[in-house]
Amino acid sequence: MEAVRFEHVKYSYREDESEYAVNDVSLSVEEGEFVAILGRNGSGKSTLAKLINALLTPTSGKVSVFGLDTSDEKQTFAIRKSAGMVFQNPDNQAVASIVEDDVAFGPENIGVPREEIGKRIDFALNAVGMQDFRNAMPSRLSGGQKQRIAIAGVIAILPKIMILDESTAMLDPQGRREVMAVVKKLNREQGMTVILITHFMEEALQAERAIVMHRGEVVMDGTPEHIFSHSDALETYNLTLPRAAYICKKLQAAGMPIGEAFTAEELAEEICKSLQKG
Amino acid sequence: MLNDVTFGQYYPAKSFVHRLDPRAKILFMIAYFVAVFLAKNFFGLAAVTLFLLFAVFMSRVPFGRVLRSVKMILFLIIFTGILNLLFYSGELTYEPLVQWWIVTISYESIVQTVFLSFRLFLIVMGTSILTLTTTPVALTDGIESLLKPLMYIKVPVHEVALIMSIALRFIPTLIDETNRIVAAQKARGADFETGGLFKRAKAMIPVLFPLIVSALRRADDLGDAMEARCYRGSKGRTKYKKLVLTWRDLLGLLFFAALIAGIVLLNIYFGGKFDILHYFMGG
Ligand SMILES: Nc1ncnc2c1ncn2[C@@H]1O[C@H](COP(=O)(O)OP(=O)(O)OP(=O)(O)O)[C@@H](O)[C@H]1O
Ligand SMILES: [Mg+2]
Repeated sequence: MEAVRFEHVKYSYREDESEYAVNDVSLSVEEGEFVAILGRNGSGKSTLAKLINALLTPTSGKVSVFGLDTSDEKQTFAIRKSAGMVFQNPDNQAVASIVEDDVAFGPENIGVPREEIGKRIDFALNAVGMQDFRNAMPSRLSGGQKQRIAIAGVIAILPKIMILDESTAMLDPQGRREVMAVVKKLNREQGMTVILITHFMEEALQAERAIVMHRGEVVMDGTPEHIFSHSDALETYNLTLPRAAYICKKLQAAGMPIGEAFTAEELAEEICKSLQKG
Repeated sequence: MLNDVTFGQYYPAKSFVHRLDPRAKILFMIAYFVAVFLAKNFFGLAAVTLFLLFAVFMSRVPFGRVLRSVKMILFLIIFTGILNLLFYSGELTYEPLVQWWIVTISYESIVQTVFLSFRLFLIVMGTSILTLTTTPVALTDGIESLLKPLMYIKVPVHEVALIMSIALRFIPTLIDETNRIVAAQKARGADFETGGLFKRAKAMIPVLFPLIVSALRRADDLGDAMEARCYRGSKGRTKYKKLVLTWRDLLGLLFFAALIAGIVLLNIYFGGKFDILHYFMGG
């Protein structure tokens, strides 16, 4: 089933529409897909994300989530129930001083009965591996743990789509790994549709599909491997290759007979192969 | 220190007092204040003190912890004490001890000072038992529930309670931020430690502005995050934590009723606070 659909969507923050943050975007995301969205600062990624869960509604064009039109105010609530969103700053998302109260916030808002909320908190904290922190204070947790709580707060609403807007950007490598592991697990085990906005190309490699935005437009759309094999195009969009892919390309340019590699493991394998041959 | 602020001064334990319903605790607190102000003589205050010691014992909070909160306002107690001692203007039955310029020290002013300081001490101790045994979250829940009747006169009780709990949540974040900005400004050569009050206040301006800007940005983010999590006011909202009254609260009610009855009786039998002077001075 089609989870998200953009049809010639334009969005401008300005009254006079002199500039579009999202400019004539059409795309479709299937249920269960894991999509990464890339693009330099100001390319419109966050705007695109906010258009999905009706935090913004298109200036023109149409966005629908599971067939519901985001411009229809009567549907806003239903859309937000099915498309949850985790933001960048782990400190600006929690509403309560205790983890379980914070996770309960979403279910309370959608009117889940009390006994059921308790179960959802268990389920959500388990899903992010934070079950031992139910009564902890978010202010005492690490950045990665805070983001996992933020993800749990979204999971407790039982959405079908999870949008992460640079949710790993402010984390250390350890925190990034924790969050990515949780996201991948949700996608694989629960079939959650994941839309991951990121600056880290390594993270994009873990997705099935990557979309590159530039000046509000979608300029590339395909598998991460496909996108990273067009390094010249990426350069014009101010994006870098994943480090392993970059090293691979340099080695090829220097005359080493190796195939394409995007991750450190693939690169190691390619190098071993070429060494065995040579 | 950060968590001191977030959690007020909550002391985690599973005592009788901890497990009282927060609504009951707030009402008990009010009853306790009434008892303190109702007491007309030292016997009444002594009775309240005994009750307080009993409450501390029941709360399993170390006595030192409860005393610590008094230390913070010791200055206030001493200050009001001195003012009272020197500028007492009530009726005098006995010759003043010292009379100089506008200052008078008399037996009455000494009694008055001791009495008022004692009262202030009891109030602070009582309040700190409340905050030591109740999390701020439970307190806001309790306040929200108690204020619910005000909804009928269109007071946005739910919103007010939510604002209170969010404010509590953001206190450590903003303190962190302040420290960061102060450090950053120091690194740029800002001087917060020397100079008069005015100069120091001026040095805080480059801290205040970034702090306000960042707080506004956080508020913006939080608004998005709340909306994304389906927040739309109290409409159709359920609550995860339900407050329930138990036998403990009933027992507490009996204790407090006994306290107030006791104070009233002590007032009747022992008269006002100055009667103690007749005993010491004769006449
Ligand atoms: N609230 C706003 N008001 C006005 N203009 C905005 C607002 N938010 C974003 N913009 C503008 O819209 C454009 C797209 O911004 P957007 O935040 O969507 O980009 P982004 O790809 O998420 O960038 P980043 O990587 O920095 O998060 C930018 O030019 C930005 O300046
Ligand atoms: Mg952004």
